[in-house]
Amino acid sequence: MKSNQQLTGAEALIKGLELEKVEVMFGLPGGCILPAYDPLIKSTIRHILVRHEQGAGHMAEGYAHVTGRPGVAMVTSGPAATNLVTPLCDAYMDSIPMVAITGQVPTSAIGTDAFQECDTVGITRSITKHNELVMSADDLPLAIRQAFHIATTGRPGPVLIDVPKDVLQNMMTWHWPSDDEVIDSLPGYKPTTKGHPRMIKEAAKLILESKQPILYVGGGVLKARAAEALRELAELMNIPVVTTLMARGAFPDNHPLCLGMPGMHGTATAVTAMQRADLLIALGSRFDDRVTGKVSTFAPDAKIIHVDIDPAEQGKVRKPDVPIVGDCRLVIEEMIVALRDLMAGGTKQADISAWRSRVNGWKENFPLAYEPSEPGAALKPQYCLEKLRDASPEGTILVSGVGQHQMWSSQFWHFNEPYTWVNSGGLGTMGFSVPAAVGAKVGRPDKTVWAIDGDGCFQMTAQELITASVEQIPIKVGILNNSNLGMVRQWQEMFYDNRYSQVHFSESVPDYVKMAESMGCVGIRVEAPEEVESAIDKANSINDRPVVVEFRVAPTEQVFPMVAAGRSNDEIMLQPSQEKRRELLR
Amino acid sequence: MTTSNPFGSEPNHHVLSVLVQNRPGVLARVASLFARRGYNIFSLAVAPTEQEDYSRITIVVDLESATLEQMVKQLFKLVDVVRISELDPRNSVERELMVATVRATAEQRGQIVELVNIFEGKILGVGPEALSVSLDGSPEKLNDFSELLKQYGIIESQRTGRVALPKLDRTARVRAVKETKGKAS
Repeated sequence: MKSNQQLTGAEALIKGLELEKVEVMFGLPGGCILPAYDPLIKSTIRHILVRHEQGAGHMAEGYAHVTGRPGVAMVTSGPAATNLVTPLCDAYMDSIPMVAITGQVPTSAIGTDAFQECDTVGITRSITKHNELVMSADDLPLAIRQAFHIATTGRPGPVLIDVPKDVLQNMMTWHWPSDDEVIDSLPGYKPTTKGHPRMIKEAAKLILESKQPILYVGGGVLKARAAEALRELAELMNIPVVTTLMARGAFPDNHPLCLGMPGMHGTATAVTAMQRADLLIALGSRFDDRVTGKVSTFAPDAKIIHVDIDPAEQGKVRKPDVPIVGDCRLVIEEMIVALRDLMAGGTKQADISAWRSRVNGWKENFPLAYEPSEPGAALKPQYCLEKLRDASPEGTILVSGVGQHQMWSSQFWHFNEPYTWVNSGGLGTMGFSVPAAVGAKVGRPDKTVWAIDGDGCFQMTAQELITASVEQIPIKVGILNNSNLGMVRQWQEMFYDNRYSQVHFSESVPDYVKMAESMGCVGIRVEAPEEVESAIDKANSINDRPVVVEFRVAPTEQVFPMVAAGRSNDEIMLQPSQEKRRELLR
Repeated sequence: MTTSNPFGSEPNHHVLSVLVQNRPGVLARVASLFARRGYNIFSLAVAPTEQEDYSRITIVVDLESATLEQMVKQLFKLVDVVRISELDPRNSVERELMVATVRATAEQRGQIVELVNIFEGKILGVGPEALSVSLDGSPEKLNDFSELLKQYGIIESQRTGRVALPKLDRTARVRAVKETKGKAS
């Protein structure tokens, strides 16, 4: 599409974003990116003006999580770019498709320590899938097309385009590169999506032979839109499923084959089933240390089928018996075909009924549990989550920060649909939830969006509730306020002999209700069990502004089960009332 | 960034030939990946290939082979990296260049010139008390030369790190990517 149309770089940038079907972007203008904000005035793109650039990044992530489309953030140079570092790294760790556009000082000033100059591509090199400093306005359209192509294909991830101010101001001849031009411009980028047929057949044979198989499902299944294929595979072979923190919702929690979350705070059943399995079918999961515990003792008798679109994940932690590089959905579909073929040819699946009943026995004996609070004593956070779960509409999107509240959310919510759980898994970014919930609500305005936050997390990014109010994005925030950095406190109790160091926040400051009201939100405080339901109902009924519900919860509550960092999954600490049954986990 | 000398006989020495798009920052990407993942580069040589859109980086690394496999996969994730080949020293031609300034009294000068001639090196400059010499060849040959010069006193020396290509009968395969055009910002 050559033309003689003359545009400024800024006009080309915005036009390019429109052609990439960007409907919304999150950002905050400043000196070097200013030229790009002018053509935005008459653009079809909705721009959401954030209060801190970190918020823009997490909003873009939240948007991408629930829509599957790349989130876009645009900010200026220097401090704005460095404020994007955390969300970029977060998106990189969790494979979130995202495109970030940063302003840069004019090309003539690069390298002179100019005002608001920083080496953005240098700083973000190891936390982006790719980044690019665009030195000429003529190069902008191709850079944009490459960015969206790279961010959304293969293993998704964040891509950053750094644009000097004069590149935005200079005139260029408009040209929108074709698909072929984009592919040809990236000779080193060819993601493998189709699994190797021989490997898929090998995998099918292993599955049929296995007497104790487990489907170990990771975030890649959601990225590949493979939830339906996964369900078909699981039901075809009757194989129990664990869904990692990044994959909650990829398989319905209310399905009889679902064992819940594995890992450090996973269910005793999921953790133990992986340990005892003779075959782990890892789908889009990466053997993270929070899942494996001590690697040398992880699933010692299991053969491994590892399906991942990123070849570098194969063998990074555990050597697979059958590595399959490819897109999870395509590979699972092919695997189903291969299994059907083998079974039609007379191969029978090994008898897994003993395994199934053993796993089901664990499920019965080791449900997630907590001690209800004594009358008059502080609320239990798990109780609040159960009430919220039961009172919220089907398909509610839950967004969490990082810490105890995140683990309880993942444990006690019932995720029955994909794309209803948004959290920061790999990087563990405190402060993720409020801005990510804003982005999620922008992406899915039809859904109820609850952010569950701790008081520590909330104070890191709460100002984005101003954005939510002003932009009329009615999210709901439940703060499980225990006046502590709860997870740190738990570790100090368990591993530092109750020697508390710098974990206590104030009981009285801030006043979360006043804080919420000052930001244009409705604020509700809940202190007793009988207030919980009415507060949740009230929050769910308000749709014209954000709501903040502060649940004042017991500070002493701990997350169970737990596998201590670096320990074997066999040393799982059970919920105290279940310890006496530990023998049954063999 | 460097480790103990892996030249010649060390078991964990691997030579990688990495074809990359010739674009700003590509060397920084490669170097930063090595630093970030904790891999050691022993030597590194980089220059454009016969096609200006591409550069070839020859990297000598000192790694266990399991680590090497992971390192190659990580390296290949870089968008600018087009092709990676591990060069088996038995099936490749390797060259390295060394320049050195050697202490040389008038009496010693002749001995050193003789040594340079035996190794088929060059005299680059002659001073009253020193000689500058250069030698290109296999890394092992450079090691031997360097050892022999030590007795006279090496004042300064610099080696390029090795460059390598597969032996001729294998080059047809290597040329496969050349027709693609690599142009971006």
